[in-house]
Amino acid sequence: MDQVTLLAVERIKLFSTRSPWWCMALAMVITIGMAAVIAANTDERFPLSVPVSQGFTNFGMVVIMVMAALAVTTEYRFGTIRSTFLAAPDRVRPLLAKTTVVALLSALVGEVIAFGSWGIGRLIKPDADMALNSAAEWRNVAGTGLVFAFAAVLAVAVGILVRQTAAAVAILLVYTMLLENLIGIIPTIGPKIQRWLIGRNSDHFLTAGNESFISEGGGADQPFGPWGSLAYYAAVCVGFLVVALVVAKRRDA
Amino acid sequence: MTLLAVERIKLFSTRSPWWCMALAVTLTVGMAALIAANTNDEFPLSVGVSQSFSNFGMIVIMVMAALAVTTEYRFGTIRATFLAVPGRVQALIAKTVVVAVLAGVIGEVVAFGSWGISTLIKPNADMAINSSVEWRNVAGTGLVFALSAVLAVAVGTLVRQTAGAVAILLVYALLVESLIGLIPKIGVNIQEWMPFMHANNFLTADSAALPEGAGPPRLDFPFGPWGSLAYFAAISVGLLVVALAVAKKRDA
Amino acid sequence: MIEAAGLTKHYGPTVAVDDLSFTVEAGRVTGFLGPNGAGKSTTMRMILGLDTPNKGQALIDGKRYSELKRPLGTVGALLDAKWVHPNRSARSHLRWLAKSNHISDKRVDEVLEMVGLTAVAKRNAGGFSLGMAQRLGIAGALLGDPKVLLFDEPVNGLDPEGIVWIRQFMHRLAADGRTVLVSSHLLSEMAQTAHELIVIGKGKLIAQTSTEQFIKDATEDNVRVRSPHAVKLRELLAGSATVTSDEVDGALVVHGLDPASIGDLAAANGIVLHELSPQRGSLEAAFMQLTKESVEYHAAES
Repeated sequence: MDQVTLLAVERIKLFSTRSPWWCMALAMVITIGMAAVIAANTDERFPLSVPVSQGFTNFGMVVIMVMAALAVTTEYRFGTIRSTFLAAPDRVRPLLAKTTVVALLSALVGEVIAFGSWGIGRLIKPDADMALNSAAEWRNVAGTGLVFAFAAVLAVAVGILVRQTAAAVAILLVYTMLLENLIGIIPTIGPKIQRWLIGRNSDHFLTAGNESFISEGGGADQPFGPWGSLAYYAAVCVGFLVVALVVAKRRDA
Repeated sequence: MTLLAVERIKLFSTRSPWWCMALAVTLTVGMAALIAANTNDEFPLSVGVSQSFSNFGMIVIMVMAALAVTTEYRFGTIRATFLAVPGRVQALIAKTVVVAVLAGVIGEVVAFGSWGISTLIKPNADMAINSSVEWRNVAGTGLVFALSAVLAVAVGTLVRQTAGAVAILLVYALLVESLIGLIPKIGVNIQEWMPFMHANNFLTADSAALPEGAGPPRLDFPFGPWGSLAYFAAISVGLLVVALAVAKKRDA
Repeated sequence: MIEAAGLTKHYGPTVAVDDLSFTVEAGRVTGFLGPNGAGKSTTMRMILGLDTPNKGQALIDGKRYSELKRPLGTVGALLDAKWVHPNRSARSHLRWLAKSNHISDKRVDEVLEMVGLTAVAKRNAGGFSLGMAQRLGIAGALLGDPKVLLFDEPVNGLDPEGIVWIRQFMHRLAADGRTVLVSSHLLSEMAQTAHELIVIGKGKLIAQTSTEQFIKDATEDNVRVRSPHAVKLRELLAGSATVTSDEVDGALVVHGLDPASIGDLAAANGIVLHELSPQRGSLEAAFMQLTKESVEYHAAES
């Protein structure tokens, strides 16, 4: 099968079950809804700005990561991965196709969430300074899709490696939301390790130069600038995918 | 009593609880060791600091507790359970009790293990547990673990699907409660009523020895530490009651 | 004894079981027969209190399932052999079941012996073949030495040896005076297993009768007769039998007279016969005829 067909196959698979729709709906509705709540509560002391409108996007990202992991682990759970490998025996190409479809979809959801959160903020507080007129602000909003896409790649990779839904979801969520923060508690070396953690780098890509009352927009200690951070983040995510593909190819299906 | 034995057999005759317990204990205590080893005059070791990784153990134990229910739904053994115990509620309560007691024990192991290993690594640090604040911070961990497990069993019973239950629990406990704080003005007011914030308040209230950013956000809690624990318990048990009522009515 | 009275179950707008009433007597194997999707499993789940009926009730020895003190001592059920944790050993699976109803571990080893799983008792149930899983399920049903047993499609996917084993097992249970209800979508299987049949289709009762009677009614005996003097023969037969013509080759199909009588009658009247053959309708054809209206999904005619 050629790659276009494989992409179509994976698209059909993804959209013909309910859970991706639920995840996407949840990610968009809650994130944009919370952006509305945040915007409605801003005032002179806590003014609405572009970065403030993006404050809840991490929620959307973790939901999309769950969706991406499920796209793989449910195939293992229901045994359809074997049908997939029977239809495309080299294994790598169908898994790449799946990753591509999931990543593109995640990027799309990321953009919807980012611009939706921004748009609803503008609607609610028309007088706030919400113009996207600096590169940093553009990066903060439009960059969300890129971060979502690579987060999905990482989640697919972990899903392929672990194969079990509960374990994959737990590993991803505990790492992203808890471990990256807790590491900072280790005196002296903790913050040094943190600089190299992926979530810190993706955050730096989005928030560098965007200070507001919710974040300093700093990250001066980060080893790279915003685009370097994105490249590093992307490299780690893709690296995991490569490992996962190699493992999937060697392992008994 | 019989039903407790039944649930004990069920829990211990599969692998995943053992994995979760091992992971919760080794990683939390291991990280406590790492933290202790890196303390110095600028960041001194204290009882509070030794406990700062216990949240990790709690999250893993919540996953274990949710799995104890959702795997029964996934593999259909819940129906075998309800055939053996048609009352359903007794069976689910027995499961909750077994899981909660186990979680409580793990919580104590994690807390005293973290404290003990820190004491071993830095024998000169002030690690004596000699105030009620410090006792609460260490020995209270088991109570928080047990109540979190009750909450997780309730969510597992309501949702029935592993992925759904685990995602809801983790996203809520780790992300939603802290992100809510981003809402200007009312965010902190809401946070003051969120269950895991209270669990943290119970453990860390009045504990001064926490490094920056490690404790709960500076919130104005409506209760003192023990009130917070009671509030956390009420929410967990309340959710369990709802879950039991739903499980009794629903087709198995 | 199991008594179902007016059992009704809706899933949204779909009616899975519709005002179903029947009784299952002790001391014989009762077959619960119907095409796939007829509502057999739903009915069994309602008998066992897993699903709540929208209307009606099912009683086991006069009690609802939820009123039973030690249910496994009264009712044993095998609804789905996959209802085991794959990473739990067969023995552990039976142990927790036994414990819940105050049944000793000794009994666990007894039932394992009974179904021939002693050698693999410590192995994880996830690695069992379907036949072994069915045996484990039956062991679970037998734990409490119950008076009433329910089996949902127990022979599905089994090899011939397994099928014979289960069939004999159920006969033994019934011979002990127990109530045995076993569902299937195959009449040929039920013909060899059940003494009594409850036949349902689309959730409704079609028949409750003895297996013998059901087969007799369902497969009427016909005799095919071909003769160059068909018209005359038809007139002669009309008095004592029902005669129709085969649409394809014009042969007479006689119902109500045995082949010998037809031959005698033809000889007495000097009629030549080219064919005189008894036709026995197949069980499956009869069953399909009976449940044709109530099959949920038809395969498209090609």
